[in-house]
Amino acid sequence: MALAKDYASVMGRSNEIMKKALGLDYAEFESGSVAFDYETLMKSTGYTLDEVSKIQGRTGVGNTPLLELKNLSALSRKYAKPGYGARIFAKDEAANPSGSFKARRAACAVAHAKKLGYKGVIAATSGNYGAAVASQAAMQGLECIIVQECYDSRGVGQPEIVEKARKCEAFGAEVVQLTVGPELFYSFLSILEDTGYFNASLYSPFGIAGVETLGYEIAMQCRENIGKDPDMVVCTNAGGGMMTGTARGLMKAGATDTKYVAASIDLTGLHMASDKQFNLKSCTTGHTGFGVPYATDPDHSDVPRSAARPLRYMDRYVTVTQGEVFYMTEALANLEGIERGPAGNTALAAAFSLAQELPEDAVIVISETEYTGAGKHIQPQLSFARDNGIDIRFGDPAEDKPGENVILPKDPSYIKCKEADIKRFRSSLIKKACKKHEGTPTDADLEFLAAETKTDVAFVKEVLGL
Amino acid sequence: MVKKGEWVRIHSIVLEPSGRAPKVPDDTRACPLEMWTKGFLQEDAEIGDEVTIKTVANRMEKGKLLEVNPYYTHSYGKFIPELVQIDKQLREIMFGGEK
Repeated sequence: MALAKDYASVMGRSNEIMKKALGLDYAEFESGSVAFDYETLMKSTGYTLDEVSKIQGRTGVGNTPLLELKNLSALSRKYAKPGYGARIFAKDEAANPSGSFKARRAACAVAHAKKLGYKGVIAATSGNYGAAVASQAAMQGLECIIVQECYDSRGVGQPEIVEKARKCEAFGAEVVQLTVGPELFYSFLSILEDTGYFNASLYSPFGIAGVETLGYEIAMQCRENIGKDPDMVVCTNAGGGMMTGTARGLMKAGATDTKYVAASIDLTGLHMASDKQFNLKSCTTGHTGFGVPYATDPDHSDVPRSAARPLRYMDRYVTVTQGEVFYMTEALANLEGIERGPAGNTALAAAFSLAQELPEDAVIVISETEYTGAGKHIQPQLSFARDNGIDIRFGDPAEDKPGENVILPKDPSYIKCKEADIKRFRSSLIKKACKKHEGTPTDADLEFLAAETKTDVAFVKEVLGL
Repeated sequence: MVKKGEWVRIHSIVLEPSGRAPKVPDDTRACPLEMWTKGFLQEDAEIGDEVTIKTVANRMEKGKLLEVNPYYTHSYGKFIPELVQIDKQLREIMFGGEK
């Protein structure tokens, strides 16, 4: 008999579908209460960092250049007090085959799917990851389906998302395009069930292990080129995989003094699942709409336990505005001669501001750049915004109102990242994690939550009022 | 008439407004969840007909026939005059010399 395909029935089979689609039983890592064995989940890939690097090397992924942005560093120094203004470096991840660091995650997931004998891979993403999975599936000879949230109810799509669909199709993938809504996950599950393909989730341990090589390379390249570890690494933060994998890789390289800063575009006030607001945002990733919910509740992703747990690693969380990111994207092209963007430039805009807090000999690395092109470029993004009634003008980014305007900074002195309240995010994670389970948290739970939030048991107890 | 075997784009309704997830915002709940995909047409048909296609991943999918040989229309967008002002400002600050 054919299985019922209505929303509730498919969602009800979610765990069963996932188990088949990942070849991984998450029950093995659970304690039964709040805590679960994160490190054992990460080890379940069965690959060492060196093996991951070799897998990636087979398809030309990784070993991307580390570029010093000398003109942007010099520009930043003009706004810092004497002796301040760190050297800014960019890890040029656009040099990966699919044009972004996501090729690292995809290489690992697709290779694993192939090893386990799956005929194809599926990913639910509107972005660079879809292109990366499609690229890897093409290279490794698997079928590929990308499910993306693409249009509002008028059938209008963000130019950036439409361009990603083109890129996926160029790599031979089938692209299923949907209107706005979290039921993307329902369609994704339903197709997984029908095809029996592998779930190349962004949040599987394979996906995150793939990013560890990025952090490792940053440490090694800094040692070779500059003679020391980076003082600060800034990651654009959406789902948290970049922050998690990069920090883990740096730690595996023995870089113990590096500070990890997450940066997101502030889109406070825009609802991510709203049909009307969908096309009022001028960036499709790297914003607080993903960054904050995923950081404070990692396990609401498309796997039972997410391997991306950014609050375990980040020391600070800062936000920038859309206008600041657009301005820095233009600055990167015009002063450094490399046209990249837009998501990776979220970290760049933050780094430009953060560099002014650090002395001249300090080193800041932004962990990625990404490809740009028609649709995926600041000009079509801004043009689309203007057509949708967004007010674009020069001014003070402090006047920024997501969904209403894009304020381009009057001059570079107006680029100032804002400190987000990381303590509030940590408290939020602790409370949400405990809310899912009945009873008093055990000692193991308290230790787990301290590790989850890069704090200590005393902090966890204080939050819980214990 | 569109011939069997042609590359086409189709549209379908995945969920009617009444069947949407419990937690979607009201404006989204007022709309159906719609889907578009592409593939090879499995029978001769007219635009607007309900048809079956075979996707590149060899999946059969049903929907309303929208277009034949669909193409991309996204671009670099219309000119944004502010961008050349940013360029001029940055060059002046960096290479404009002492004033």
